[in-house]
Amino acid sequence: VTGRFAAGSRVRVKALHPPGHCRTPFYTRGRCGTVLGIADRQPNPEELAYGRDGLPALPVYRVRFAQAELWPDHAAPHGDGVVVDLFEPWLEPLEEEGR
Amino acid sequence: MSAHDHGHDHGHAHPRRPDAEDAPLTRYMAMTEAVAALLLEKGIFSADELRRTLETIDSRSPADGARVVARAWVDPGYAARLLSDVNAAAAELGIDAGGIPIRAVANRPGLHNVIVCTLCSCYPKMLLGVPPAWYKSVAYRSRTVADPRGVLAEFGVELPEGVEVRVHDSTADLRYIVLPMRPKGTQGWSETQLAEIVTRDSMIGTATPAVPTKPTARKRKKAA
Repeated sequence: VTGRFAAGSRVRVKALHPPGHCRTPFYTRGRCGTVLGIADRQPNPEELAYGRDGLPALPVYRVRFAQAELWPDHAAPHGDGVVVDLFEPWLEPLEEEGR
Repeated sequence: MSAHDHGHDHGHAHPRRPDAEDAPLTRYMAMTEAVAALLLEKGIFSADELRRTLETIDSRSPADGARVVARAWVDPGYAARLLSDVNAAAAELGIDAGGIPIRAVANRPGLHNVIVCTLCSCYPKMLLGVPPAWYKSVAYRSRTVADPRGVLAEFGVELPEGVEVRVHDSTADLRYIVLPMRPKGTQGWSETQLAEIVTRDSMIGTATPAVPTKPTARKRKKAA
């Protein structure tokens, strides 16, 4: 399975709040992470929720977020992280701007 | 005859365990029943097919996942196949892991994995059976992503500083299972013996498999 983002790419989750069903947790929106790889290609859940076929299927990425990026107020001093399965349209490339 | 051997008409009430129907029917319970009734009425499936499906789901248990893990511990080739496709690897052992793709995440000396579903309660039921109630609780679902070490400590899992905790939030149509590390002191064990120490929680990541302490060893420790 191939997609727009390669493993190791830095991405930001779009800070969108569209009405209706979606599978992008609030705690990841606007946050930056690193693509670990593509987990699968799956129909768009935002379409499936309303009885449509959700096709074409979208790449689902495994994106790793550092704890400190998600929870700046109580991040532990470890390299801990959360890996979230995210659909491609929710991700945007993070240009050369550091973290 | 005990003093408590008496009829029910004896002047006082005993507290009663609530029946299932005593809780109010929530919106989603009502919706589930309505949708099920419609599907039955339209002949999409029969009541027996529905019952059979529920029975199949309820019959799954962590013993299936444990067999898969034990095989991976004794066979590196199998472990590699498991990490690339859990459903196919389970099928090799005659286990039907279902249609939803399952991914295995392997623990290693510097990495401890734990699974959660913050949006609902996705769980690898086909390999671990019906999830424990706490897995579906808001507390576990919200705290595991925010304070994984705190949650793990409450489960009795204390990880050293150098170990990365990696939480996997099952947000898409994928399920996760943790491939724990084979504990020390299990050299020469059979696959069946190994499977016995692979617990449900060790495949969720809220425990690590342990070799049961021999009574003699425990006594010796106590005496020391």
